[in-house]
Amino acid sequence: MFIYADNAATTKMSRAAIEAMLTCMEEQYGNPSSLYMLGQRAKEIIEQAREEIAAVIGAQPGEILFTSGGSEADNQAIRSAARIGEKAGKKHIISTAFEHHAVLHTLKKLEEEGFEVTLLDVHEDGLVRPQELEAAIRDDTCLVTVMFANNEIGTIQPIREIGGICRKRGVLFHTDAVQAVGHVPIDVVKDNIDMLSASAHKFHGPKGIGFLYARKGVRLTNLIEGGAQERGFRAGTENVAAIAGMAAALKEAAADMPAEAERMRGLRDRLIAELKEIPHSALNGDAVSRLPGNVNFCFEGIEGESLLLLLDDRGICASSGSACTSGSLDPSHVLLAIGRVHDVAHGSLRLSLGEDLTEEDVDYMVRNVKEVVEYLRSFSPVWRDLMSGKTPFIL
Amino acid sequence: MALYSEKVMDHFRNPRNVGVIENADGIGEVGNAKCGDIMKMYLKIEDDIVQDVKFETFGCGSAIASSSMATELIKGRPVSEAMQLTNKAVAEALDGLPAYKLHCSVLAEEAIQSALNNYYEKHPDKKPGD
Repeated sequence: MFIYADNAATTKMSRAAIEAMLTCMEEQYGNPSSLYMLGQRAKEIIEQAREEIAAVIGAQPGEILFTSGGSEADNQAIRSAARIGEKAGKKHIISTAFEHHAVLHTLKKLEEEGFEVTLLDVHEDGLVRPQELEAAIRDDTCLVTVMFANNEIGTIQPIREIGGICRKRGVLFHTDAVQAVGHVPIDVVKDNIDMLSASAHKFHGPKGIGFLYARKGVRLTNLIEGGAQERGFRAGTENVAAIAGMAAALKEAAADMPAEAERMRGLRDRLIAELKEIPHSALNGDAVSRLPGNVNFCFEGIEGESLLLLLDDRGICASSGSACTSGSLDPSHVLLAIGRVHDVAHGSLRLSLGEDLTEEDVDYMVRNVKEVVEYLRSFSPVWRDLMSGKTPFIL
Repeated sequence: MALYSEKVMDHFRNPRNVGVIENADGIGEVGNAKCGDIMKMYLKIEDDIVQDVKFETFGCGSAIASSSMATELIKGRPVSEAMQLTNKAVAEALDGLPAYKLHCSVLAEEAIQSALNNYYEKHPDKKPGD
């Protein structure tokens, strides 16, 4: 048995993406900046990909900028908004405590450069409250950046409402939609989004490629200086094959989305219901406003890394927010942001489902997670103290 | 390359001396749940020999493997020898640990020391003279 349940980390490439890439690598090796036909064909591939990607999120092709991935897109979006704000004397940015580090670390840098950052509470359910955002906006706020869906606990934010508030108050709104693009419907116009980051390998495309959507009129700042590629806003010869692969993957994901999402939600909810039967466990994040493939639990009395290793032995690839899996002493900042205490956060498990998951896979995962949690608890001194009443249960 | 050596994985998958000893002569517990590692050691000591040792661990793969290896290294050994167990010996016996996991072997050393100190507290007459 082999179940890949770490699709939030990365996904298996789709056949369509591989085929699109192979064609580029084998035949369309020209430089898109070259004037002869071979180069111009490569240029056409890029522009067609731009159109296809733009169509999926309701944008105009000219509003799509190819980047090396989600992190670069996040960096560029935030840096650009900061630059625009700075010019107008506005140096306040609003975000949340559970953003991806590509956002949080960029904000940290900006703080060192004199910006002020307010991080909104994401509450126990992992959801931003629009009224709290509205109250946090000041006259000098230049940017609101709130992720579309959280990468660990999968909670989907009230993006349209947040965007509406920002639009009304004249503040730029960026969303890191790395986990959402290709998985849930997005319309940048209806959702009032000014900038959006995406990464191809989260929707069955290749790694090392992503895009930044920036609404027409939002002036971007370069991170990489050089040639005039990407209308001068992102230098470097385009990764033609990866761009084509990303477009093919996204087109397919978007076409399959309604049916797939429905099926995945069914599997997800059954998995959640059955894992909840494990005593002293809890689902992390809201159960409803949640990515179709995200399941994230805390199990009291055990530690996540040993759980992952034993699941790996049984053919299940998963992830955890424990300190031991992050290489630091602190467990996931996301779990801490939703109020999980350290002791409990160490015992977290994320299963991010793929579209090829079956009902049998769910049965297998439930059975094995139950067995492994029970086994690890059987010689956990923490569990012993909880069971004997020496320390109170948290979950 | 795998995260851990074969030895670590073997001790993690099939930990030796897991469990508790009722009426143990020495019990030691180190670490805290906040940091994600707790080790508890139980010792049975007779004639200045570690006759039996059991452990319980809450922690990552290397924490469980380090506990297991530490118990193997001291079981059947004289108390004076067990007192000398170092984290380095535990890590070496496991064919090494990743640098950021070395603290797990330190914890194993401390757990053994803590259990032995508990034994000496209960049996002050056994404590070697200064």
